[in-house]
Amino acid sequence: MKILLKNARVISPSQGLDEVIDLLIVDGKIEKLGDIEETKDFQVYDMSGKIISPGFIDMHVHLREPGFEHKETIETGIEAGANGGFTGLCCMPNTEPPMDEPSVVEYVKKRASKSLDGMIEVYPIGAVTKKREGRELAPIAELVEAGVVGFSDDGNPVQDSGVMRKAFEYISMFDRVIIQHCEDKTLTQNGMANEGYWSTLLGLPPYPDISEEIILYRDLRLIQYLKPKIKKVKYHIAHISSKSSIELLRKFKNEGLNITAEVTPHHLLLTDEDIWRSSYDTNLKVNPPLKSREDIESLVEALKDGTIDVIATDHAPHAPEEKEADFASAPFGIIGLETAVGLILSEFVNKGVISIHRMIELFAVNPRKILGLPQVKIAEGEIANLTLLDPNSEWIVDAKKFKSKSRNSPFIGWKLKGKPLGVINRGKVYWSDL
Amino acid sequence: MALKSRHLLGLEGMPKEDIELILDTAVSFKEVLERPIKKVPTLQGKTVVNLFFESSTRTRISFELAERRLSADVVNFTTAGSSIAKGETFKDTVKNIEAMKIDMVVIRHSSSGAPHFLAKVVDANVINAGDGTHEHPTQALLDIFTMREKFGYIQGLNVCIVGDILHSRVARSNIFGLKTLGASVSVCGPETLIPKDIEKLGVEVYHNIDEVIPKVDVLNVLRLQLERQNSAFIPSLQEYHKFFGITRKRLEKASKPILIMHPGPINRGVELSSDVADSEHSLILEQVTNGVAIRMAVLYLLGTMSN
Repeated sequence: MKILLKNARVISPSQGLDEVIDLLIVDGKIEKLGDIEETKDFQVYDMSGKIISPGFIDMHVHLREPGFEHKETIETGIEAGANGGFTGLCCMPNTEPPMDEPSVVEYVKKRASKSLDGMIEVYPIGAVTKKREGRELAPIAELVEAGVVGFSDDGNPVQDSGVMRKAFEYISMFDRVIIQHCEDKTLTQNGMANEGYWSTLLGLPPYPDISEEIILYRDLRLIQYLKPKIKKVKYHIAHISSKSSIELLRKFKNEGLNITAEVTPHHLLLTDEDIWRSSYDTNLKVNPPLKSREDIESLVEALKDGTIDVIATDHAPHAPEEKEADFASAPFGIIGLETAVGLILSEFVNKGVISIHRMIELFAVNPRKILGLPQVKIAEGEIANLTLLDPNSEWIVDAKKFKSKSRNSPFIGWKLKGKPLGVINRGKVYWSDL
Repeated sequence: MALKSRHLLGLEGMPKEDIELILDTAVSFKEVLERPIKKVPTLQGKTVVNLFFESSTRTRISFELAERRLSADVVNFTTAGSSIAKGETFKDTVKNIEAMKIDMVVIRHSSSGAPHFLAKVVDANVINAGDGTHEHPTQALLDIFTMREKFGYIQGLNVCIVGDILHSRVARSNIFGLKTLGASVSVCGPETLIPKDIEKLGVEVYHNIDEVIPKVDVLNVLRLQLERQNSAFIPSLQEYHKFFGITRKRLEKASKPILIMHPGPINRGVELSSDVADSEHSLILEQVTNGVAIRMAVLYLLGTMSN
């Protein structure tokens, strides 16, 4: 198969590349870059005004399989990823059984390789502790052997500092990132809304934002303490959400600690006040909970100045009957794979908050750095692993066009400017249906 | 005159005129309740369902009485032994009940916002009879009605709500309603039971009940939910009584008589001593009587709106 992409703006920040050129892909490899004459056997696409970037990776996805196939399957999650402009997904271990042993990791990889002919790369994240219970370390070395790219207990972060110390020490032998959902559960208890004016007004169980900061501080100090002893720790903060956590992250980054952070589109765009405005919309129930306008300003600042490294979705599908309920009964989480790229293009790039180069760093370059994956290069002879963007297309987020099995998105009905156009990887092309 | 909303979900944001309309309407219904025949045909042919997902005795009885006195057909639904207990979802239960052609739903639920969810999925008028730790609008309306009856005004009245403010829907609804009508509102309780940013609702916060008593006209004393003690919000009931309990001795320090209200049921010897609960200062039984009148007013105003 020969694909010719004409007149595309090709941007690859890791190579310092930003040019309007033609790109020829033959059998999955980039054959030629430059001015290319069409021939009959080419599939030709006019890409004027469109952007080609190294393939995007979503570092924080819940594919739900095995165990929760009524919410999402590996197949539907992968299609949602492709539809949303991603060629790579990291899947979290809170499946049933959890990814705390090699056989589950192998199962997930095998299932992933059979969806969309394996064009979307699925990178499993292993559990830090057995059953994600925070007590005993999971078989870390075996999980590394089975192919996990990092470790996380995600929604059940290790509470016991002694166990966390051992996790840092043990995982430091393997050059794998530890992704922490920072939450001191003794503080949050059954909290559901950011503690403050709105939680008080709404009478929702309060979730204090300091619970994020406390676990973050504990972890960063543990890493500092262990630094002379252990070779290398890679620590990544999942869905950072509060101003105080951002300040802490900035301080410790300045001290030279090897730490990174991701933020979700919903934490950048929605506030606790929206729960009141929407009269308890359960699609605004997320963990960590939505914060204040002030927190958002801090997150956006950190997105601009490089304190935040990655945008990830925390794609968390739940079946309609689970979310169509009262606020307390509804589970935490929203889907994000099919809205993230459009939201960031529309609300940040097109509004001049961040550049398109920065966006590509956040979605394509930095995730690979953190995960220890080779950077995708857009150069002759390289495998074509590409995300195609249409920065100018105006569209309305329509749930009927989602490939995800679930519909739990607060962004349905939003009018956006800019969308994913498709993805190319491993010799396959997927055109987005959004 | 008609209410602006076809549901009563809470007093937060409810316009002053609407609150006053309900209070004024309740005055006429209170007169009805004084008559030998206490029934009016106002809601004849209307069907009201009382959906109680959380146990309640007095609120449910009060609503039921109000509905029957307005000649509505009444259906009661409680969760014990119901389809909910058999695993049916809240939404399915409600849609099923609505399919039986119900005009109004009175809902009590342990989850904040449950009536709001209901109002989005059914066509019937929804009345919040208490949702989680959010609002209990008819309780606050009857509290305000009782105060207005005693003092003749609300504007400028000094009211302190005492106890577990954090978990109290009665406190929130009272704060919203009283503030809208121009009262001066404070809260008093142990700091562990005071929600964050409560002062942004326009109330003063106290931790010393003896400091509050000389300043107020009314103490609205909340029930201390005994099960909260298991979560260690307070060290002990004895300690609570000693520092926050309303006793005759404490009230004697005030220069003027202070009226005592309580949403019930009372834990005698915890938040209120018996001699206060049964004293001439206590409005507790009048609140219960007024509760029926207020609920009749709400049911009437919503039930006779053009649908």
